[in-house]
Amino acid sequence: MSVLLLAEHDNAKTTDATARALSAALQTGKPVDILVAGENCHPAAEAAAALSGVARVILVEDAAYKHGLAEVLADLIVQLGAQHYQTFVAAGTALGKSVMPRVAALFDVMQVTDVSRVVSPTSFERLIYAGNAIQLVEVPQGKTVLTVRVSSFEPVKVGGSAPIETAAAGPAFPRTRFVGESVQQTGRPELTSARVVVSGGRGMGSADNFDALIKPIADRLGAAIGASRAAVDSGFAPNDLQVGQTGKAVAPELYIAVGISGAIQHLAGMKDSKVIVAINKDEEAPIFQIADYGLVGDLFTVLPDLDRALQQQNRVT
Amino acid sequence: MKVLVPVKRVVDFNVKVRVRPDGSGVDLANVKMSMNPFDEIAVEQAIRFKEQGKASEIVVVSVGPKETNETLRTALAMGADRGIHVLASGPVEPLAVAKILARIVGDEAPKLVIVGKQAIDDDCNQTGQMLAGLLRWPQATFASKADVSESTVTVTREIDGGLQTLALDLPAVVTCDLRLNEPRYASLPNIMKAKKKPIAETTPEALGVDIAPRLKISRTFEPPARSGGRKVASVAELAQLVRDHVGV
Repeated sequence: MSVLLLAEHDNAKTTDATARALSAALQTGKPVDILVAGENCHPAAEAAAALSGVARVILVEDAAYKHGLAEVLADLIVQLGAQHYQTFVAAGTALGKSVMPRVAALFDVMQVTDVSRVVSPTSFERLIYAGNAIQLVEVPQGKTVLTVRVSSFEPVKVGGSAPIETAAAGPAFPRTRFVGESVQQTGRPELTSARVVVSGGRGMGSADNFDALIKPIADRLGAAIGASRAAVDSGFAPNDLQVGQTGKAVAPELYIAVGISGAIQHLAGMKDSKVIVAINKDEEAPIFQIADYGLVGDLFTVLPDLDRALQQQNRVT
Repeated sequence: MKVLVPVKRVVDFNVKVRVRPDGSGVDLANVKMSMNPFDEIAVEQAIRFKEQGKASEIVVVSVGPKETNETLRTALAMGADRGIHVLASGPVEPLAVAKILARIVGDEAPKLVIVGKQAIDDDCNQTGQMLAGLLRWPQATFASKADVSESTVTVTREIDGGLQTLALDLPAVVTCDLRLNEPRYASLPNIMKAKKKPIAETTPEALGVDIAPRLKISRTFEPPARSGGRKVASVAELAQLVRDHVGV
């Protein structure tokens, strides 16, 4: 039986996280259908159909799915999946994390959270204890529900042309109502898919410093901005920038940690980065134990100097 | 309005756990244990609702071995009214915990369940959503703001890229994110008072819940270690390295 992958989309296209979750879904070796649910989201269904390896796109258009509410999406997945699917997959984003455990409970199965490796269709690796240990988990026969640690998988490339089939909406859930949303358009790459991430920690000292010092470097490098829990806790940066055990996991080509001491909870979210650079005034900071390149110095002078140095190098070329 | 707050006893966040060499799990002998930090936020939120005159009683529940009693006492010292201890040894999966909680919800009839978004030991992030699913209740995960009235809880949630606000008809389940509040420390007089607060004991069997694990953990192992590189001497050298790796 095949796999149903819940797509995340903005009506126009599917997210990078969806393309990465698709990678994981395809590694089960079974046919993968993608569910695109929303209102006026046909373009997103077309984008999903163009992802390599997709068997079918199931398009469900109804106003109930406009805001990605877990109750209606879980009911829809159960309605579609009770007969025809065995495995249910979503990216481990805010959406996937909200919807999939509800799906698992409705099917009376345990979910495997944040799968980092697909070993077989029924065995998966996942991280526990802030990434200090990896579990090899085997699921029993029956329905399997997974969320995917997106930083552990490469996105599937475009190159397919799967058929798009429409399906009927599931039951309504009027006891949950959408009130409003404020989503910032930063113009920066998504944190979980960026090639470069510049993160600030407690050492930034204030939200103003965070903005004034981190943003120029990030802009120059085309980087996403991240933050440690300490920086989020202190109000220097918004919550959705948190990198770590209980925030996002990232694995960019280059991760620059500024004023971050390197608590294990933070390392859990970034130690799979290809190259790690750390800037910290404390040469004993644990971050230096995992950084490829470390610079001991005061970030308040290092960051502006680095920005100037990068600018000059740009001019030379 | 009665509020139910499930709490979990977990390895303290400052502890770096060690994986047993035989692959059978992590070594938890003589390790400091604490209340899951996100559950502390849940307890705090319930207390704030009570202080605002919106909640009448706060019942804390925990599933675990006899030492879990300490975790419940901590919640009572913070300001919860009474505890329910579901005695169970060994790990209990989120699905089983959600089933236990669903039974307790049946007995206690709370209007609101507030719980941490994730436990920092198994990092599952499931229990609240599963409970809401089993009860067919509205759910709001990753709350950074919550306001409750007689019939509704309005929750601002942390989502990717920003915030979303939902209104849920009660009864409902809310899971807490980091920014919802800053949990208080229990004062000494409150710690003394908490010793007299009641904690009822029950078992999964008495509640009619099978807690046999569904997932088989066949091996637990350490991730590949990452070794440190070198220190660079100057910003110019760092800029060159950054440039080499990014191509800007």
